[in-house]
Amino acid sequence: MIHNNCLQITDKGLKDWLAKIIAGGKQLYAPVREGDKTAFKWLDSVAEISMEHIQTTQSAKAVAFPRAEKLFSYQKEKGAVTLQDYNPDNLSETVIFGLHPCDAAGFRPLGSIFNWDTPDKPYNERRKRMTLITVSCTKSDEFCFCTSVNGGPGNTEGSDILLTPLKKDYLVEIITEKGQKLVEAYQSCFDTPPENSDKEACLAKVPVRFSPEEVSRKLSGMFESKVWETQSERCLGCGACAFVCPACACFDIQENSKGNSGDRLRCWDSCGFSLFTLHTSGHNPRSTQSQRWRQRLMHKFSYMPDRLSVIGCTGCGRCSRACPVDMNIAEHLADIG
Amino acid sequence: MRELQDTVKALFDKGEIDLFIGYEKGTRTPRPFFVHKAEDAENLIFDAACSGNLAVYLTRKDLTGGKKTGISASYYALKSIAQLFDENQLKAENLRIFGVSEEGSVQFFDSVAAIKQHLSATPPPAKPDEDELVGKINAMTASERWKFWSDELSKCFKCYACRAACPMCYCTKCIVEVNRPQWIQPWASTLSNMEWQINRVMHLAGRCSDCGSCGTACPLGIPVHLLTHKMSETVKEHFGVSETKENVLSTFKPDDKENFIH
Repeated sequence: MIHNNCLQITDKGLKDWLAKIIAGGKQLYAPVREGDKTAFKWLDSVAEISMEHIQTTQSAKAVAFPRAEKLFSYQKEKGAVTLQDYNPDNLSETVIFGLHPCDAAGFRPLGSIFNWDTPDKPYNERRKRMTLITVSCTKSDEFCFCTSVNGGPGNTEGSDILLTPLKKDYLVEIITEKGQKLVEAYQSCFDTPPENSDKEACLAKVPVRFSPEEVSRKLSGMFESKVWETQSERCLGCGACAFVCPACACFDIQENSKGNSGDRLRCWDSCGFSLFTLHTSGHNPRSTQSQRWRQRLMHKFSYMPDRLSVIGCTGCGRCSRACPVDMNIAEHLADIG
Repeated sequence: MRELQDTVKALFDKGEIDLFIGYEKGTRTPRPFFVHKAEDAENLIFDAACSGNLAVYLTRKDLTGGKKTGISASYYALKSIAQLFDENQLKAENLRIFGVSEEGSVQFFDSVAAIKQHLSATPPPAKPDEDELVGKINAMTASERWKFWSDELSKCFKCYACRAACPMCYCTKCIVEVNRPQWIQPWASTLSNMEWQINRVMHLAGRCSDCGSCGTACPLGIPVHLLTHKMSETVKEHFGVSETKENVLSTFKPDDKENFIH
């Protein structure tokens, strides 16, 4: 009997549940510690899972949007071309465990982009096979700013199930039908919750740095501003920020051809690169780093809110942690807003 | 700190520079800072934590082109600057180069010869963590080493932070961006990631300052700087230290050793 869609699970119950999920044939993607970093990995055993981190180096977006995805294959023979379209049949049912609310929320901007006009088959096929078991944040660091982009350390958006570490056990909030199914299949792992599970008291306190509405309003009149040059001076033009971002969806199309056959690939791209949007003619509408930095902030905080009604940022802070020269995005946005 | 700030202020007051590239306080560690006017010099800092190689900005024409530029350079930045001079990438008349000693006193270098003299008299900063990992990798068998680098480079997503952070990677068109013919597959996969790193390291042969910025820049913590470090050692072992402008990458001699060709 599930009360108010809330249950409780012990640490041992949680491990049993995840082990049963693996045994049941689903692929598990969960955080594993390596040195001073923690990264998501495909796991066969729950023993490797680590939950000590504040943030994994990368988000979980690669499960739905891999760094290189084969869109179709082709063969040429005597002038005839045969195509093999994207085949989702071999994609596995996956469970992502241990992502934080900012990563679960990232699938909303990502999904909005991949369903903007034409629904994107590879993204949607992968996404519908994913179940997200998110864990609320009990600690944060100076790079976290989820509360400035309509999120929060216990936010349920995007998650199928949200676990919040209480003093001893975990509070289990079942958010979607997908989540419900994953709980019901292994109901014996769970307990009903005590009357007063104080979720809020267990969450990290993440200060608000800026108002996204205010930033968006100001950005709409800042295209020609000098601020882009000033802010981007130290930017080195790599793609670290875009690649660790849970909401960045820009991609490049590449060809892996071998003689008369080949694959068409979709690969991650970054607005930080000098080749980004370089035209075949040689013209580049964003020929300087400052124009590319402007694009980064405008896209996330002005164009996406305007066109897709979603901010292209979930406040995870990864871009700022990953940046070799400390391009701290929250600091730059607070300066604008 | 005060001495550097005052020196930079004076340079602006006398009109000797239009731009000074230094460090300011960052979120966790010091970060690059561009000073455009005397009063901003107050935010300058320089200490042992200022380890990012600022020489990377000196070849960025959009930032320094046509500007008289001052720079506070760490030991390794000085090494990179000396190499950039040797490769005819810098103009001495547009540059004011400063080092800062451990005691905090500012040292002005008025020529490449002065930088080289300073470098030959100064031992490189100790890197105990790197030495330990290098020791471990050197002790591995070839197959263990292959596994180590395969595992590490399988993580790479080709953000090219290693290239962006390197002062010697100043090519306006990198080999990975050439697609007719396509030398290196541009997508991320273990094999193509290795191809990229092998190319990066080979192109830095005899040029790398061993500053380690490539490894520090890697958002995934892949120790790619150990590849360039090992290459630097190998170059030193086989070719010695170049006393001239020539470097291993760009120099060919008919009597070069060919005993590595089987």
